[in-house]
Amino acid sequence: MRKTLAWIMGAGSFLGLASSTLANGWNMPAGVTDVSREIYSLHMTIFWICVVIGIVVFGVMFYSLFRYRRSRGAKSANFHENTSVEVVWTAVPLLILVGMALPATATLKRMYDASEADLDVMVTGQQWRWHYEYLGENVSFTSSLSTPRSQINGEEEKGENYLLDVDQPLVLPVGRKVRFLMTSDDVIHSWWVPDLAVKQDSIPGFVNENWVRIEEPGIYRGQCAELCGKDHAFMPVVVRALEGDEFDSWLAERRKEAEAEASGVDREWSMDELMERGEQVYGAICATCHQPDGSGAEPTFPALAGNEALLNDRDRHIDVVLNGVSGTPMAAFRSNLNPVELAAVITYERNAWGNESGDVVQPSEIQALLEQ
Amino acid sequence: MASNLPPKPTLEHSTTTSGGLAHEHHERPRGMLRWLLTTNHKEIGTLYLIFSLTMFFIGGIFALVVRAELFQPGLQLVQPEFFNQMTTMHGLIMVFGAVMPAFVGLANWMVPLQVGAPDMALPRLNNFSFWLLPVAFTLLLSTLLMPGGGPNFGWTFYAPLSTTYAPPSTTFFILSLHMAGISSILGAINIIATILNLRAPGMRLMDMPLFVWTWLITAFLLIAVMPILAGVITMMLMDINFGTSFFNAAGGGDPVLFQHLFWFFGHPEVYIMILPAFGIVSAIIPTFARKPLFGYASMVYATASIAILSFLVWAHHMFVVGLPLVAELFFMFTTMLIAVPTGVKVFNWIATLFQGSITFETAMLFALAFVVLFSIGGFSGLMLAIAPADFQYHDTYFVVAHFHYVLVPGAIFAIMAGVYYWLPKWTGHYPDERLGRWHFWMSVIGVNLTFFPMHFSGLAGMPRRIPDYALQFADFNMVSSVGALMFGVSQLLFVWGVIKCVRGGEKAPAKAWEGAEDLEWSVPSPAPLHTFDTPPDFKPVTH
Repeated sequence: MRKTLAWIMGAGSFLGLASSTLANGWNMPAGVTDVSREIYSLHMTIFWICVVIGIVVFGVMFYSLFRYRRSRGAKSANFHENTSVEVVWTAVPLLILVGMALPATATLKRMYDASEADLDVMVTGQQWRWHYEYLGENVSFTSSLSTPRSQINGEEEKGENYLLDVDQPLVLPVGRKVRFLMTSDDVIHSWWVPDLAVKQDSIPGFVNENWVRIEEPGIYRGQCAELCGKDHAFMPVVVRALEGDEFDSWLAERRKEAEAEASGVDREWSMDELMERGEQVYGAICATCHQPDGSGAEPTFPALAGNEALLNDRDRHIDVVLNGVSGTPMAAFRSNLNPVELAAVITYERNAWGNESGDVVQPSEIQALLEQ
Repeated sequence: MASNLPPKPTLEHSTTTSGGLAHEHHERPRGMLRWLLTTNHKEIGTLYLIFSLTMFFIGGIFALVVRAELFQPGLQLVQPEFFNQMTTMHGLIMVFGAVMPAFVGLANWMVPLQVGAPDMALPRLNNFSFWLLPVAFTLLLSTLLMPGGGPNFGWTFYAPLSTTYAPPSTTFFILSLHMAGISSILGAINIIATILNLRAPGMRLMDMPLFVWTWLITAFLLIAVMPILAGVITMMLMDINFGTSFFNAAGGGDPVLFQHLFWFFGHPEVYIMILPAFGIVSAIIPTFARKPLFGYASMVYATASIAILSFLVWAHHMFVVGLPLVAELFFMFTTMLIAVPTGVKVFNWIATLFQGSITFETAMLFALAFVVLFSIGGFSGLMLAIAPADFQYHDTYFVVAHFHYVLVPGAIFAIMAGVYYWLPKWTGHYPDERLGRWHFWMSVIGVNLTFFPMHFSGLAGMPRRIPDYALQFADFNMVSSVGALMFGVSQLLFVWGVIKCVRGGEKAPAKAWEGAEDLEWSVPSPAPLHTFDTPPDFKPVTH
């Protein structure tokens, strides 16, 4: 009796688990674009074809296993060939496949037509964040994970969008065709948002194309899909889709900010201003490899705290940050960060965690180097 | 169920032998040296199988570390750096250390016995091919202890993550893979030479058991693609150590070229791990259905077609790297085409069962589970072939579910079926059926609990190779982890069953299974060290 009860409770909790899981989604999302819905319907069609074939094939198999058991007195027949049956079960699957290939081909052709886009966005993968540039709009920014480390390490309760939140989402207009140009600064990444049915590898040295026309405003979340090193799990993609006019005003706002930032290059910055700005940049860009306390992770990522070689050679430090170190994971940041951010982060690295060089690197100095 | 099994054939037949049996004609070294220097196909086969089982457990422990970390969201047990080493090593060890050597071990034992040959054609080479493996894998495992850790770029080691951005130990990883590759090529040459030259008089190619046929085709695949693997890892070696830029975009190289080369090796490699499994299952199902295999000839042609097609489908692993439209279409069509010969095989097995006289010994249970669960892996494979849908499936847990279905209840179940099937021949004792059934049911339940939920987590959007995940995937992952632990622990029953069978048990006659027809069942059980010193009198069975 007690055993039965335990079984019932076990089964009950299993069902409870299963239903809560199903409510959370267990199938491909149909998504919010024409293409994503076409893909979803291809997926469901091929799925049901497999289910029907499975029922027929396994049905015959289990019937045979049951009906022709030796313990039931079955005597074996001796046939081992039948040409017409063999022709049929070769030809029928072939026909099913042709029937499946036709709609798949049509969808694929649509997916490959990235022409006549209203907006071009350059997506650059970097270990471990995404850089977005609205081509021709003078707006670009970096988007990285904003889930706090304390949630990951279990010191704090995990939020609703755990690991799927970023500091600055990619903002896109609804109803316009947006073309993505995908590339990478270091290893291969893959930009993926399930609701948009866009997954495209971003590969160093290549520029891949894909496109989307979002139909509903909303927030769409995804992740990097290609293993790209230690923080592969921690570079989410968040897309915020706005109505056309809202998007236009957002873009205009960002353009104004970019112009304001550019004018900051010419003025003299104080040590405190640079340190404050540098700490932000360091936390968002550098800390994943060189660690928040500058201790690095030998042998791949050198320590910055107490790094005599860098502290004694200011020019070398600037060169490394601007141009990277070839043959190592250290990327060139000259085009990813603006002169203010570059100057601030170098100043920060030379004066934080007990590095007391006292050096100040001014944005104007970086600007001059970049123009050389 | 035990009572439903038929009486075992009586021992009277056990003295029947065909072909001459050699006497102990030379002094053999004893102790360790015997194993180090042996050139006997049975002993080398045993070495391969023991090696493979060891690797299976090491790779399995790595998998359990992965599953333990994924039991719930957040980072609890390991850091991402180590997690990536575990996923990578799990894949490398299982593919190159467990599955491939297990099939070579079975080939060593059974190919000479099934074709009526006294030994492998090149016995000393055979010894060398085996002993390369322990060296290669000791080196590979030792990279985990090196500064910067072991390989952490996935078993597919895509450049430039595996070159410019790789840990310093990568050079040792390359060397170990080179050694494993040489071992495979030499083993393949040996198997081909044995099959083509040492068949019993009167045995035509189309008289060979299917296990021999599938291995012949597999061996040709190995010779064709292992050199490509060797080439691609040598290019990595040059990029890492000699300043070339084959795969480094900054130096004018091409990271996508790496993937083309890798998968031109990698896709045939996938079939290298499944074709011999088809052969094993094609031996077991007729035996326990007591009915000849349905469509022998079409089985051979289907195997050959799959092997040829395997060279034309590699880029279906690369649907989202930005291939041109025509390439996407070509690889989608060729990939879908593979479903046809694969389907033929499944239909043939089922037609063999139809109107048979079926019993359910452990070997048969594993073979039947193979047919069902491998087919499920085939279905998801068909879904993955649909290129537009693959933009959603690619690099998710749906793919992980797919290839584990074809590799675990596919390749590995077939290997286990083969072990239970041939154990009486190897040891002279029947395996314990009760223990076998426990092992079987625990494995089947464990495997499905582990891998079936991965279909759902993948479709719902969970990428593969991540140590931490968003909250909506938590339930599926918990079930997978519980299943993995169950599957892992139940493999101890397998080891127990094998050891028990080696040490004793019900004595098996030469023809241990009533319905078994091939030549190996004409020599005594256990098979003496030397068999078929004079060729057997071979009479073709009706295929």
